[in-house]
Amino acid sequence: MSTNTSHAHIEPRTVSFRIWRGNRDGGSFATYAVEVTEGMVVLDCVHRIQATDAPDLACRWNCKAGKCGSCSAEINGKPRLMCMTRMDTLPQGETVTIEPMRSFPSIRDLVTDVSWNFRVKEKIKPFKPRKPDNADGSWTMMQVDVDRVQEFRKCIECFLCQDVCHVLRDHHKHDEFIGPRFLMYTAALEMHPLDTETRVGDLKNHDGIGYCNITKCCTKVCPEHIGITDNAIIPMKERVVDEFYDPMTRLFRMFKPAR
Amino acid sequence: MSLSDRFIVHEHDVLVIGAGGAGLRAAIEASGAGAKVGVVCKSLLGKAHTVMAEGGMAAAMGNVDDRDNWEVHFSDTMRGGQYLNNPIMAEHHAKESPDRVRELEAWGAVFDRTKEGRILQRNFGGHRYPRLAHVGDRTGLELIRTLQDHGIHQGMEVFMEMTIVGLLTTGGRIAGAIGYDRERGRMRIWRAKAVILATGGIGKSFRITSNSWEGTGDGHALGYLAGAELMDMEFVQFHPTGMVWPPSVRGILVTEGVRGEGGVLRNSEGKRFMFDDIPDAYKNQVAKDEEEGWRYVCGDKNANRPPELLTRDHVARCINREIKAGRGSPHGGVYLDIGWIKEKIPNASAHIQRKLPSMYHQFKQLAGVDITTERMEVGPTTHYVMGGIAVDGDTQMSCVPGLFAAGEVAAGLHGANRLGGNSLSDLVVFGKLAGEHAAKYARSTTVAEIDTAQVEAHTRAIDEPFERRGGENPFTIQSALQDAMQDLVGIVRTEKEMQLALVKIAEFKGRHAKASVSGTREYNPGWHTAIDLTFMLIVSESIARSALERKESRGAQFREDYPEKSAECGTFNLITKRGADGTMTVARRPIVPMRADLKAIIEKMK
Repeated sequence: MSTNTSHAHIEPRTVSFRIWRGNRDGGSFATYAVEVTEGMVVLDCVHRIQATDAPDLACRWNCKAGKCGSCSAEINGKPRLMCMTRMDTLPQGETVTIEPMRSFPSIRDLVTDVSWNFRVKEKIKPFKPRKPDNADGSWTMMQVDVDRVQEFRKCIECFLCQDVCHVLRDHHKHDEFIGPRFLMYTAALEMHPLDTETRVGDLKNHDGIGYCNITKCCTKVCPEHIGITDNAIIPMKERVVDEFYDPMTRLFRMFKPAR
Repeated sequence: MSLSDRFIVHEHDVLVIGAGGAGLRAAIEASGAGAKVGVVCKSLLGKAHTVMAEGGMAAAMGNVDDRDNWEVHFSDTMRGGQYLNNPIMAEHHAKESPDRVRELEAWGAVFDRTKEGRILQRNFGGHRYPRLAHVGDRTGLELIRTLQDHGIHQGMEVFMEMTIVGLLTTGGRIAGAIGYDRERGRMRIWRAKAVILATGGIGKSFRITSNSWEGTGDGHALGYLAGAELMDMEFVQFHPTGMVWPPSVRGILVTEGVRGEGGVLRNSEGKRFMFDDIPDAYKNQVAKDEEEGWRYVCGDKNANRPPELLTRDHVARCINREIKAGRGSPHGGVYLDIGWIKEKIPNASAHIQRKLPSMYHQFKQLAGVDITTERMEVGPTTHYVMGGIAVDGDTQMSCVPGLFAAGEVAAGLHGANRLGGNSLSDLVVFGKLAGEHAAKYARSTTVAEIDTAQVEAHTRAIDEPFERRGGENPFTIQSALQDAMQDLVGIVRTEKEMQLALVKIAEFKGRHAKASVSGTREYNPGWHTAIDLTFMLIVSESIARSALERKESRGAQFREDYPEKSAECGTFNLITKRGADGTMTVARRPIVPMRADLKAIIEKMK
């Protein structure tokens, strides 16, 4: 998502909010009015509503600085972090709609059940380093060799990429597809210079990498601006192709037991 | 009716409360020692305040400057803490942190590299040599994610979004804990042979803070109520550089790494005011002019540090002085300038964005400021508490058998002031020790019977806000407490103001006892705040009482009515304890004596 940095000075004004209130059994939108002053973000408005009109309005948040990935929601239909969405970047004079992430089951109000993500991660084969290079138990790695992995490790696990991905959102393939977050997590392990494990077979057989048809919606919503599709998913797709569909490799495999 | 008919009951050898760096490291260690481990955390896994740590973790690996070693780190930590630190803990920390960093690498962490391919280390306030292993300015995220991703494969059972409201003791020893899950508001009991508190800090008691909603001092208060001692609670660190504008981001941290990379502080007259006031303890360690300071930033081993890299307590006070003298920035801060380094190096803009990416985005998105070309406005923000549960320096056990503490919630390592970068290393060094010794303790004992009277009392206390009608919104009381602590027990303290703070805290306790909440028990922030307030009020009272009792200025405590350091006050720590009648007492305890060999190191490094 592009970053709007041209913040016009604004006078205090009253903004109308439509916020989804409900739980697993259903819900509806409630309307609130908030006095908005310069520099406020959407999360500030939610907090103001909690402190005044609705102390039981449920939302997750922690760092309030785009570093923890807790306050994910859909603001005017777009998956975003509430703490990093400035009020003066939204259309002026219009009602602001806040909904929970729609790809996950509701718990209450803006809080969704994201536990599926934690279960998915547990199933991915963990990091398995080669033996240390040096006597003190450390390794020698050049910065250029870790740049790509560091990009992926910027991920704050806000799950906005999972929320926007149509394979999960519209087709509900949660049992067959691990989603962009975990394709990238796998890529970070696969591209880690020290790692000796292989996960390419899992990507094809269990993780559903084939479902991704590179619409790049995940990349667009990533608040960390990680090149999820281009830098992580496409290279992993290429490794799957090389391993399982390359004619020369297949020929070679006929003479060698498959792993 | 048995407990299991009314409550969900879990049973573990070791229960860890908190899943930041210390909690996760403790859980990994205890699991590895064969203990059945449970981890309870208030947020989702991986969201704890550790993610906000930016600059790095201090470890004397000597990768960038081979003159560094544990002895230098030890003496830097003691000097920074103004010698109120527990020297045994400072020794463990300095000796063991390099191994803890390398261990993180073995678990998948990817630190920034030196040209030779080793772990890169950066300069930070109060550290004599470049010592902080880091990943840009998101080191905390790297640390917590590494521990999380490693930890989930070690067999620990994780309870996310659950809050502990009380520790259970039987015959004076730990029997477990009681709490609720946020999702449904159901009460649960965790029976355990040992409990490790790893709940982090207390910043939410103040108006301007870098801490999230979680920093409500739960572990401090839980331990206190269960009979543990709190120590050094007067020492609250006001980080010198928090954002000040716009109002909604006031207090959000601006990493010390900005200064480590060459950022300078200026007042409204454009003057680098930090050169004006150099403390005696650092006279031999500070650059004589701007040129030498820059050479230090560039790695010149013959240069001394720029004064911006003095300890946080000192920098925060200097900033405060400039603001009070009318030399502040338009929104009540001072200027922090990193963009100026373009005079010194080519491609400065790209360099800044690579070294400080999240600072770049934070200012760009939240303040509309491009830090590569514009100055930041910064001012002090409540960041960290040096005080906490008093623990044994070797085992991390408190005076309550079976109750351990590690990380920010424990006291001892940092004394009167913590050096930047010593927190992340604290978490893993003492998380490991606490996990190891809690598992050992658990092997030596059996699960204690639960005292049902305690269970009933906690259940009643947390039900009550729903039963009361027409009381205040808990958020209102929380907000009033934050204002009182900010204004009366903040960066500059006087007896009169702190006496007033105690009167107000007593008044808030009365209001809290009558507060009521609406809605259901399901994920209800108003109700959660009503419960958190119990902890915040205890912590606030302990801070105010301890600060009153320490009649001197030392480290993070600055008393306008006692502006000098007193030799006598350097001989004791202050201990907060709950009396038999429930009232809070604060008493002096002689500091932990230093072994002769450690004393010799301090002398050598002077």
